Amino acid sequence: MALTITEQAADRVKAFLDNRGKGLGVRLGVKTSGCSGMAYVIEFVDDINEGEDEIFESNGVKIVVDKKSLVYIDGTEMDFQKEGLNEGFKFNNPNEKDSCGCGESFTI
Amino acid sequence: MALLQIAEPGQSTRPHEHKLAVGIDLGTTNSLVATVRSGVTETLPDEDGNHLLPSIVRYTEDDVVVGFKAKVNSVDDPQNTIVSVKRLMGRGIEDLKTLGEQLPYQFVDSDSSVPKIKTVAGNKTAMEVSAEILKKLKQRSENTLGDELVGAVITVPAYFDDAQRQATKDAAKLANLKVLRLLNEPTAAAVAYGLDSAQEGVIAVYDLGGGTFDISILRLTKGVFEVLATGGDSALGGDDFDHAIAEWVITQSGIKNSELNSSSIRLLMQEACTAKEALSEIDEVELNIELGDNQKWFGLLNRETFNELVDPLIKKSLMSCRRALRDAKIDREDIHDVVMVGGSTRMLRVRELVGDFFLHEPLVSIDPDRVVAIGAATQANALAGNNPDGDMLLLDVLPLSLGIETMGGLTEKIIHRNTPIPVSRAQDFTTYKDGQTAMSIHVVQGERELVTDCRSLAKFELRGFPPQVAGAARIRVSFQVDADGLLHVTAREETSGVEAHVEVKPSYGLSDSEIETMLRDSMEHAVEDKGLRNLREMQVEADRVIEALDAAIADDGDSMLEADEKNSILEARAVLVDARANATDEQLVKQAMESLEKASANYVARRMNASVQTSMAGHKVEEFSSEESEK
Repeated sequence: MALTITEQAADRVKAFLDNRGKGLGVRLGVKTSGCSGMAYVIEFVDDINEGEDEIFESNGVKIVVDKKSLVYIDGTEMDFQKEGLNEGFKFNNPNEKDSCGCGESFTI
Repeated sequence: MALLQIAEPGQSTRPHEHKLAVGIDLGTTNSLVATVRSGVTETLPDEDGNHLLPSIVRYTEDDVVVGFKAKVNSVDDPQNTIVSVKRLMGRGIEDLKTLGEQLPYQFVDSDSSVPKIKTVAGNKTAMEVSAEILKKLKQRSENTLGDELVGAVITVPAYFDDAQRQATKDAAKLANLKVLRLLNEPTAAAVAYGLDSAQEGVIAVYDLGGGTFDISILRLTKGVFEVLATGGDSALGGDDFDHAIAEWVITQSGIKNSELNSSSIRLLMQEACTAKEALSEIDEVELNIELGDNQKWFGLLNRETFNELVDPLIKKSLMSCRRALRDAKIDREDIHDVVMVGGSTRMLRVRELVGDFFLHEPLVSIDPDRVVAIGAATQANALAGNNPDGDMLLLDVLPLSLGIETMGGLTEKIIHRNTPIPVSRAQDFTTYKDGQTAMSIHVVQGERELVTDCRSLAKFELRGFPPQVAGAARIRVSFQVDADGLLHVTAREETSGVEAHVEVKPSYGLSDSEIETMLRDSMEHAVEDKGLRNLREMQVEADRVIEALDAAIADDGDSMLEADEKNSILEARAVLVDARANATDEQLVKQAMESLEKASANYVARRMNASVQTSMAGHKVEEFSSEESEK
């Protein structure tokens, strides 16, 4: 079981954390909502929930994920991309079977 | 697939429910848009990487061009290329006539009070032009953020009046942009530095741009901002510093003024500007001036000389600071932080002297050109509901007092200037004449005692309240200024409940220089105004006396007055009428009134007796004494 982050995405996360002045890393997860079932969540991490969270380290960034979410996103690679003026994070999730047109939610 | 941003813990939004909000610094020369993404507040660049959008709109027959592409044409197509539209916002045709000579645009008279600029694409209002700038920024934000915006916080100068604020809101509406709030520029700058996270303190915001200077004194109490005072100089900015250097070059080089044409002046100013910017980095700069064939000069400008050149200008700005502190009733020692805004605050000498003046190292870590937009974005993010720490509440103040006209053309101030808004104040007024059933309410803005010296904002009438004797009706006039600085006035006759109100969308606005002039005038004319006020009050009193006398004479003058007594009363009346109309000294009116009262004293006494007799006629003395004993 593992989650990874690309180098480019890792650099961005580090920059954001520096700017924020606090935070242990980034939390990935899923929420049951959205137009096709599940939605991704990315948040800064201030607290780790002992016993519930798994921690991975990739390219110098701590990735925190709760055990329930991990089932749906195991093996996911977190990437950072630019599309025109827009830029942001993207998930390459091997479990994903289908996503809604917008890509903000997915099913497995 | 959509690109995602990192949220604060527990603040993730549901898919398609991102609360995207931006802050817009809608400037006179340049505009900017900023937003909060992954915890970082930053201004958003366009496709070419430019953060600044020149506030220039060019109309062609079938297209609208905004920004740098429009700027190119400002020289060769000035009539269709609108620059500095912010100066026209909320202004009426009358105001534009005074500005008109300097503006290359053709204004057309329209039915409404809103002036329109004639362009090849039709007649455009200032709001429509501003809306084009906002549309461009909105489009840039949506392209960058990948979704629709829930709204924007747009900044306005602290001295913007109701009409200018309303015009800004209208422009946003035309651009299909929801205004979460209008925010004062200095307040936005303070928010950008996170000064709102402190619990209290007094903050000075020093904003020196290319052409204008503004100083604002803010107070933070329990995390709440309040603007205590604003001031400035609408004709002081970076351009003046360039000018000072250019003058120095002319003197040093012996270049004759008469030999300079407009293009060589522009070149010289450019050199001066480059030198100014360089002197923030290095101690000495080489000036290599080449203007035409025989106009060459090479010289060195060191920082010391430069400081001597610019010190008088900086000191001028500090005078405004001193005035603002006085207005705010704050001592320099009480200032906790000084925020620097505007490109000209990059000059080391400015930072140094401002630091000395306020006894504080000024805050300069955020790009002074972007700090306002960044603060607006922070506020927008909070208002959109993305702030885990709850809402920020920002208070502003009224730049000028608001009041109404009373008898004699006098102003009665209902809300005084520098009162924090939102605010609501009420005052009771009464009728002047017997049987009066209507009252005209004239809403004015300004510091002077006479209505003619203030700005008229609106007029409306309260009609149809029951006739009563003069002074019996109770009319409550309420002023309400909302968080955006817009004014609502309500008048209500309390006994009958008759009510009338007006939402003030004044037909024209004021520039900061006009506000400054109005304030200065009110100080300079304070003594004179007081005299005038007393005179007017005496005149109103004289009118009342004359009116009462005329009514009495018409009633029973013939039966109760001997011919010569009547003559002497009428003579005294004529003297009073003359004094009331011509005297410039209230004492003269007072004397004339007193002599009339003296001349008519016997007559008044006789009328009193007569009216007492009339009311007692048919009654016996016992009835009165028995009433007396019952009490």
